[in-house]
Amino acid sequence: MLDDGGRIQDAMSSGTMWRGIEVILQGRDPRDAWAFCERICGVCTTVHALASVRCVENSLGIQVPPNADIIRNIMFLTQMVQDHVIHFYHLHALDWVDVVSALKASPSATAALAQQVAPHWPLGTEGYFADMAGTLKKFVESGQLGIFANAYWGHPAYKLPPEANLMAVCHYLEALKWQKEIIKIHTIFGGKNPHPNYIVGGMASAISMQSDNAINMERLNMVRTLIQGAQRIVEDMYIPDLLAIASFYPEWTKIGGGLGSYMVYGDLPQNGIGDPSRFRFPRGVILDKNLAEVLPVDPADAAQIEEEIAHSWYKYPEGKTALHPWDGVTEPNYTGPKPPFKELDESKAYSWLKAPRWKGHAVEVGPLSRMLVGFASGKTEFKDVVTEALGRLKVGPEALFSTLGRTAARGLETRLGARWLLEEYDHLVANLKDGDTATADTKSWSPETWKPESKGLGFTEAPRGSLCHWIHIKDRRIANYQIVVPSTWNASPKDGKGQHGAYEAALIGTPMVDPKRPVEILRTIHSFDPCLACASHVISPGGETLASIVVR
Amino acid sequence: MGLEATMVPKVVAAMETKPRIPVIWLHGLECTCCSESFIRSSHPIAQDVVLNMISLDYDDTLQAAAGYQVEEIRRKIMKENKGSYILAVEGNASTRDDGVYCTVGGDSFLNILKETAADAKAIVAWGSCASNGCVQNARPNPTGAQPVRKIVTNKPIINVPGCPPIAEVMTGVLAYILTFDQLPELDRMGRPKMFYGQRIHDKCFRRAFFDAGQFVEAWDDDGARKGWCLYKMGCRGPSTYNSCSTFKWNDGVSFPIGSGHPCIGCSEENFWDNGPFYSRLTNIPVPGIDSTPETVGKTLAVVTAGAAGAHLVSHWVRQAVTKPKPAPPPATEGKQ
Repeated sequence: MLDDGGRIQDAMSSGTMWRGIEVILQGRDPRDAWAFCERICGVCTTVHALASVRCVENSLGIQVPPNADIIRNIMFLTQMVQDHVIHFYHLHALDWVDVVSALKASPSATAALAQQVAPHWPLGTEGYFADMAGTLKKFVESGQLGIFANAYWGHPAYKLPPEANLMAVCHYLEALKWQKEIIKIHTIFGGKNPHPNYIVGGMASAISMQSDNAINMERLNMVRTLIQGAQRIVEDMYIPDLLAIASFYPEWTKIGGGLGSYMVYGDLPQNGIGDPSRFRFPRGVILDKNLAEVLPVDPADAAQIEEEIAHSWYKYPEGKTALHPWDGVTEPNYTGPKPPFKELDESKAYSWLKAPRWKGHAVEVGPLSRMLVGFASGKTEFKDVVTEALGRLKVGPEALFSTLGRTAARGLETRLGARWLLEEYDHLVANLKDGDTATADTKSWSPETWKPESKGLGFTEAPRGSLCHWIHIKDRRIANYQIVVPSTWNASPKDGKGQHGAYEAALIGTPMVDPKRPVEILRTIHSFDPCLACASHVISPGGETLASIVVR
Repeated sequence: MGLEATMVPKVVAAMETKPRIPVIWLHGLECTCCSESFIRSSHPIAQDVVLNMISLDYDDTLQAAAGYQVEEIRRKIMKENKGSYILAVEGNASTRDDGVYCTVGGDSFLNILKETAADAKAIVAWGSCASNGCVQNARPNPTGAQPVRKIVTNKPIINVPGCPPIAEVMTGVLAYILTFDQLPELDRMGRPKMFYGQRIHDKCFRRAFFDAGQFVEAWDDDGARKGWCLYKMGCRGPSTYNSCSTFKWNDGVSFPIGSGHPCIGCSEENFWDNGPFYSRLTNIPVPGIDSTPETVGKTLAVVTAGAAGAHLVSHWVRQAVTKPKPAPPPATEGKQ
C-alpha cells in the first residue's frame, strides 16, 4: 500500500509453504528427531539439528561432555560465518550492486579502488580485474544472462560507480569459491555438508590423538587451516566490501528499521547450555530501541512466548488464539483462495506462519538483535566492533535501527564469529592436552533409562535469529514437538491485536522510485536474510497490485 | 568423475564451446540443501557451471530478479526453447487440497511443475525430495507430497537421490549430459548407474572391521576411537546405493561413517520410515547356528528395504546382536 509520496503505507508478509515436520515427528524415537529437524533448512544446515539434540538432552536430563559443546560451537560458528558471507554476496549484494554497470569499469581504476578499500586482499591487480571483466563480458555477450536476467539493472536506486560494481562482482565469485572450503569443518566432525550428523549425548566423531581413524592431529590441522582461511575472507574481503558499499547508500541508515524491539535467546556456551551468563552471545530483550535496558528472557516460561494464529492458516482447539509451544498444536486450516490466485486478503488469515510474540510484543530476531543486546549488555568486543564501524561510516548509533544497520550487524557478528572460531579451537586443544577426550555421554542413551514422561526445550541462535524446539516425550516416543524458527518471528503475519511482524513493519515508510521495479523492498526484506518462500505485496493507494515479489 | 585421461580434452572443449543448454530450476517443498550441495562442487566449481556449462535461466533462490519479472523469465524460456530445455526440480509438490501447502507467486507448485514439465526435454530430479519424497513425504505425509515421477509420467526423468546428493554427483550428471549429448544409463529406479551402482557397504573403508567382527557398541567407546564398523549402531550402508564411500563428501574430505556416524540411507526410498536410525533389525538369524546362508539371505531380502545379499550375512559374527526389540511403530495413517 503506497501513499502519494510513493512510500509504502502497509505491507503483508505471507509464508506460502508448509511441510508438516512437527506432525511427522509425532510417534518417533526422540533420538532420531535431530535428523528430521535438520531438513527444515539446508541453507542454515546444522541449526535445527543442534536445537533438537539440545531439546531431547534437556528433556532426558543429559549433559554433554565439554568437548562436545566445543565441537558444536565450532560447527555453529562455521555455519554462521559461511552463511553470512554467502548471504551478503549471493543473496543480498545484487540489490545494491549493478552487474551490468560493472561492464563499463576500467580495470586499472578498479584495481586502485580495490587496493584502497581492501588493501590486504591479495587479488587486486589490474590484470586480475581485466581478466574478470573479460569473463563477464563474454558471458553477457552470449545473450544468455541466466540468473542475472530481467533484473533491475540501470534502476536509479543503484548508486555505486562501475569500478565498485566490478570489484563487488569479482568478490561475489571469490566468495562462491571459498564457501565450499570452510564447510569442510562440518565434514570433518559431522561427515558431510550440507546436513552433517549429530547425536543425542554429544558428537559421533570420537577423538583419539593416537589413532589414525578418528579425530586426530591431521584432522585438527585441517580445521585450524580452514579457520585461518575464514578469518582472511572476513577481515580482508567481506568487511571492507560491506563498509565500502554501505558508504554509498547513507539514506539507507534511515530506512527499514521497523519494530525497534529485539530478542536474543543467546548461545555459544562456555560452561554448558544451562549457564546463559557464560554465553558468547548474551540473551535478552530490548524494547522500543531502549539500549539502556536489557530485559530477561526465558523460552521455558509459558507467560513469555506464545504463538498466535489470528492471521494464520491454523486451528487451535477450544477456539484458543494463542498457545505456548509446550502446549502447541499444529493443525493446518487453509482458508485462503484456491490457486492460482492473484491476491491474499490481509483482513483474514494469509500465511502458513504463525505469529510468535514475546509477552505480547512483536520482536525482531537475528544479527542486529544479537549485536544490540551484546552492545547494551556492555560486552567489550561488541562495543568495540560496533563503535569502529559507526566511526568508519560517520554515523551515530541510531543508524543501527535500519536496513543498513541490520546488514552491517550481520557483518560485525561475522567478524566476532571468525575470531571466536580460533578461540574455540584453542579451547578444544587445551582440553585434549589436559587429558579430556570425551565426546559423548551415553548414560541415558538407552530408552530403558528414561522416565515414562518428560518435557524439554532446546534453543540456539541461528544465523537468522533465535530458534527453539519444545518436546514432550511419552513412553519413549515423541508425543508433541513444536518449533518456532527465527523467520517465523521476523516474517510473522499480524497478530490478534493487528500488530505487524518485523518484515511488515520494516517495509512501512520505505520510499520507492518505481513501484513496478521494487528493488527497495528487496533491499529491506533481504536485510533480514529470509529463510523461506515469502511473498510481499505492494499495493497502490487505489488498491491495485503494483508488484508482487517472491523472496526465497 | 572417473574418466580416463583421453576424455579430459573432450570434456573441457564441450564445456567451453557449445551453446549453453537452458535450465529451469524449480523449488517446491524442500529445504534447499540440494542447491547448497550443488554450489559445493569442487570440480567443476559452481562458477564454471553457471558461466560456461549451462544457462541457469530460472532459479528463484539465486536469481537477481524477483516477482513478476521472474515468472516472465520462466514463461519466456519455456516458449523460446520448447522441447529443448532441461527442467531441474528440487523439492516436490503437495498434491492434497489443490496443492495449497506450496504456492509460488500465487499458483500451486503442482500446477507450476506440470506446466513447466510439459515442454522440457528431460527432467533432473535433484535429491531425495524430487526423486523419492524425502522428509515431508514421511508418515503421515500431511501435505500429500509426491516425487516428480509420480506427477510427471511422460518425460525422461533422471533421479539423483540423496539428502542432499553429493556435489560432484550433481555436477557430474550435468557434465555427462552436456559432453555426451545423451542421458546417462539409469538403473531400474531411474538413478545414474555411474553414481548409484554400488552400495556404501561394498566400498566402505571400515568393511575390514565388519568382516573381522569389530564393531562400535556405544558412542565414544574404544571401537569408536579405533574407527570400527558402525553396523551395530544402525548403519544402513549395506542397503544404500550411493558414492559416499567412493569419492566421499566435499572433495573427498570425509563421509558420515568416516566421521563416526552410521549411514542413515538418505538416498534410498522411504529411508525416514525404515525404523529408528539407531536400531538394527534384530530378527536376522546368525548363519551356522540358526539356519543356512540361503535362508538367512531370503530373510534379509524380506526385512530390509534393499537386497543386502547373503554375502553380508555370511560374514556375520557369532556375537549375538543383543539390541532390545524396538517399540512397535505407532498407529498412524498410511502414506498418501
